Amino acid sequence: MNNLIARAKELLENKIVQVIVGYEAGPTGVARPAFITNPAKADLLIYDERCVQNLAVYLTKPEVRNLGKMAIVATLPVMRSIMMLISEQQIFADNIIVLGVSSDGSLLDIADIKVMQAYIEKSDLGNPVKDRALLVELNKLSKEERFAYWQKELSKCIKCYACRQACPLCYCTRCTVEVNQPQWIPVQSNTHGNMEWHILRAMHLAGRCISCGECGRACPVGIPCHLLTMQLADEVHNYFKVYAGTSEKMSSVLSTFEPNDKESFII
Amino acid sequence: METSRKLIRKQSLEKLYNQLSATRKVYAPVIADDKQVEFKYNPGFAEVTFEHIRSTLSVKNIAFPKVENLFLYSNGKTESTITDIDLNKIPEVVLWGSHPCDNAAFDALRSIFEWDIKDEFFSKRMEKLVVIGLSCHLSDAYCFCTSVGLAPNSSKGSDILLSPLHNGDYQADILTEKGASIVNSFSELFESTSGEEVVLTTVKQKFDHEKVTSKLNGAFEHPFWVENSLRCIGCGACAYVCPTCACFDIQDETRGKNGKRYRSWDSCGFSMFTLHTSGHNPRNVQSARWRQRIMHKFSYMPDRNQSLGCVGCGRCSSGCPVDMNIAEQLEALQNI
Amino acid sequence: MSENIYKPYLMEIEQIVEETPDVRTFRLKFKNTAEAEKFSFKAGQFGEYSVLGEGESTFCVASPPTRNGYIECTFRKAGRVTKGLANLEVGDTVGFRGPYGNTFPIEEWEGKNLLYIAGGIALPPMRCVIWNTIDLREKYKDITIVYGARSVSDLVYKHELKDWAERPDIKLITTVDPGGQTPDWKGEVGFVPMVLEKAAPSSENAIAILCGPPVMIKFTMPVLKKLGFLDKDIYTTLENRMKCGFGKCGRCNVGKVFVCKDGPVFSYEQILALPEEY
Repeated sequence: MNNLIARAKELLENKIVQVIVGYEAGPTGVARPAFITNPAKADLLIYDERCVQNLAVYLTKPEVRNLGKMAIVATLPVMRSIMMLISEQQIFADNIIVLGVSSDGSLLDIADIKVMQAYIEKSDLGNPVKDRALLVELNKLSKEERFAYWQKELSKCIKCYACRQACPLCYCTRCTVEVNQPQWIPVQSNTHGNMEWHILRAMHLAGRCISCGECGRACPVGIPCHLLTMQLADEVHNYFKVYAGTSEKMSSVLSTFEPNDKESFII
Repeated sequence: METSRKLIRKQSLEKLYNQLSATRKVYAPVIADDKQVEFKYNPGFAEVTFEHIRSTLSVKNIAFPKVENLFLYSNGKTESTITDIDLNKIPEVVLWGSHPCDNAAFDALRSIFEWDIKDEFFSKRMEKLVVIGLSCHLSDAYCFCTSVGLAPNSSKGSDILLSPLHNGDYQADILTEKGASIVNSFSELFESTSGEEVVLTTVKQKFDHEKVTSKLNGAFEHPFWVENSLRCIGCGACAYVCPTCACFDIQDETRGKNGKRYRSWDSCGFSMFTLHTSGHNPRNVQSARWRQRIMHKFSYMPDRNQSLGCVGCGRCSSGCPVDMNIAEQLEALQNI
Repeated sequence: MSENIYKPYLMEIEQIVEETPDVRTFRLKFKNTAEAEKFSFKAGQFGEYSVLGEGESTFCVASPPTRNGYIECTFRKAGRVTKGLANLEVGDTVGFRGPYGNTFPIEEWEGKNLLYIAGGIALPPMRCVIWNTIDLREKYKDITIVYGARSVSDLVYKHELKDWAERPDIKLITTVDPGGQTPDWKGEVGFVPMVLEKAAPSSENAIAILCGPPVMIKFTMPVLKKLGFLDKDIYTTLENRMKCGFGKCGRCNVGKVFVCKDGPVFSYEQILALPEEY
C-alpha cells in the first residue's frame, strides 16, 4: 500500500496524470472509490480486501474524464475491463496509467498494455471460485427448478438499474430499456418484465463479461444477477475457447462472423 | 385526541398479532432466507422479527406502491373508454413493527401527495392504513434520525407505538383514533402501565438540519456537488429504497385493445429523468442530479411542502453500491 | 366518488391541419358535454395530451379561451406520443388533462403595446395569447408579431399569418433563415434577432413576449435590452419535461420553482433569479 501511495504521489507531483482513481475508506469503514487530484491527499488511498468495486466503470464517466489523464488502481477484473473498453474503442490506452495490484495487494509494474496483457494471460480467467461453486449448484437443478429459482429472485428486482450502472461494460448512453419506440422492456417492475430485463442484460454481456461480479454486488436487494453473466462467460468459453478482456484487439464473439464458426445450431 | 399509555405483555402481544392477522392484512418484518429483512403479509408470529435495524426496502409501498394503476382503458378506433380503479377495494392494512423513521416518512409523502391537489390513490391507501410502530433498541452507523428532528421513539406517523421494556414486555402509546379503536377492540390484552423505563438505542446527532437547509439556499453553484458525486454511478438504488422519495413516471401498457395507465417509481438520479424530446437535458451531468436529490429533500421540500424529505433511516447510504453516504455529505454541507 | 386527477377528458378530433411536413394542429371537442361546460382555461396554460396506449405529452393549449367549444394543440412528430398522435385521424380520440399552470397576465397588459417574438415550433405556445389579445383588440394598443422559422415550409399557421398580415391593426413581420426562402417569399430573410433589431419596435409602454429555441432567446435578449425593454416587461415560457402536471412527479423543477405550478409563464426578471437548470 505504501508503494501505491508513493507511486500515486509521484504521478500527481510530476503531472503525469491529473487524477488517481483508487479506493479510500468511508466513514463507516466501507472501502469506496476515491478521486485524488492533490498529491497531498494521496495518503487517503487504501488497498486491502475491502476494495472490491470494479473501478473501470469510471473510465467512461464524463465528469471523471473531465479531470484529465488518469491513473487507475487495477485488480485483474479492472485490467480486463480496460482491455474490453480499449477493444470496443471506448477509451485510448495512451490516456490511462494502470496501477496494477495483485491479489495479495502488492503493486505490479504495468508499464504498458503489452505488459498488462501478459499479466492477464497468465492469470486464472475463470469465474471467481465462490461463484463457480454457486453455478455448479444451480446447474444441478432441473430446468424447471432453475426457472423457478430465477423467477423468485428476479421478482425482487426494483428496476433501479444498479447492476447496469455498476458495470464498466454497460456504458451505452441510451440503454435498450430506455428505448420506447418500440418499448422492448416494460418500464414498471413486474416479475415477467424483470426477467426480460435481466436476460437482455446478460445477453448483451455474453462474450463481454469479465466476471468481476460487480452487478451482483451492487444490487440493493441482493439478487445474485452476476451469476447470469458469469454462466454466459462459461458458455462462451466452452464454445469459442476465449475469455473476454484478454486482448486489445479482441472482437466480441457474438457479434463477429468467422467462416469457420460452428453451425451446429442450424438444423 | 388525547394520547394514552398502556402496557402489553409479551404473550398478549402475540395474541394481538394473531387476532389482527386472522381478520385483516398485517404487514410485518421477517428475516428472509438471504438474511435480508423484508416486510411480508401475515407471516406467522414466530417469523416476525423484533430485532431488525432496517428492512432492505422501506414500507412506503403500502401507500405508494412501486406500480399503481391509474385507470384502465379500452381503445377502439373511435370508441375509447376509461375505467376507474375502484379505490374502495383497497384493503385495510395494519403495518406492524415498522420503526419511527419509516412511520414519520408517511408524513413526508403526504406533504407531496396532498400538497395543493390531493392524490386519491395515496390518500385512500393512507386512510386504510393503521400503523403499529416499534421504537428502536438497535441502531448502526448509518442511522441519523436524531439529525432530522426525530428519535428512536418518535411517535410521528404511528397510530400505536410499541417500545420494548427490559423484561420483554412492551409499552404501548396510543396516539390516534385509529390506534384507540384497535386497543378498544382488544382491550383485554392491554394493562395499565407501571411506568417502567423503555429500552432505546442512542443515535448520535451528526448535523443540524436547519443549518443545512439555510446553507443550501446559496449553494447551488458550489464545487461541492461535483467533488462529492464523482463516485455516484447514477443508479436508482437510493431513491427506490428511500421511504420518502416520491418521484414517479407515468406509462401506458397495452395488450390488444385493452391496457392500463400506471405510475411507477422513478429516480432523479437517472440520466434520462429530465431529458427533453429535443435532446436538451437540464440536468445533464451526475453532479446536477445528485444536487437535485439533496436540494429536494433539504431545501425545496422544507420550502414548499413544509416538511423535510428525509427521516434519517440511512437506507440510501447502506444500500448504495459506492458508499454515497448522505449523512456524511450533509455534515460537510452545513460547514461549507 | 372522489376525482381521479390522472384521468383525462376524452376528446374527439374535429379537424386536422397539416402545418408543415411534421407539425400538425388538432381541433379537439369534448365528447362529454357536461365536461365541456365546466371547462375553462386562460392563455398560457398547458395540458397533458394522450394517446391511450402510447402515453402523455405536454403542450400548451394553442387556441385562445375566447373561442369556446373546442381547444387546439399543435405538435411536432418527435417522440412516441407525438408519433401516436400523428397517426390519428378526424373522429379519433385524444385524452386531455388540464388546464395546468399559470397564465400570461394579459389584464395587466391592458393599454400597452404588445410585441410577440417567436421562432419555429414556439409559435404554438404563444398563439393562444396572441389570439386572446387580438380578440380583445380594443384593450391593447399596437400589436406587433415577429415570427421566424428555418424555412418557408417550417412556418406554422400559414393561413393565419396571411390573415394577420392583411389586418390593418396588427403589424406582422415574418422571416426565414438565409437559404430557407422560396422564389416567391415576400417576408424577411435573416435570423429573428437581426430582423427584430432592424424593425426596432419601441419599448415605450410595451411588453415583449418571447418564445423560441434557446439559441434564439440567447441572441434576442440583448436586442430587447438595447431597445429598452426591462426584464420585468419581457415574458417567456419554460418547457421542462413533465409527467403529472401538478407538482408531484418531481421532474420539472428549476431549483425551487416548479414549472408546472409556478410556470410555464415567467417574466425575464423571474428567469434571471432561477439557477441554470432549464
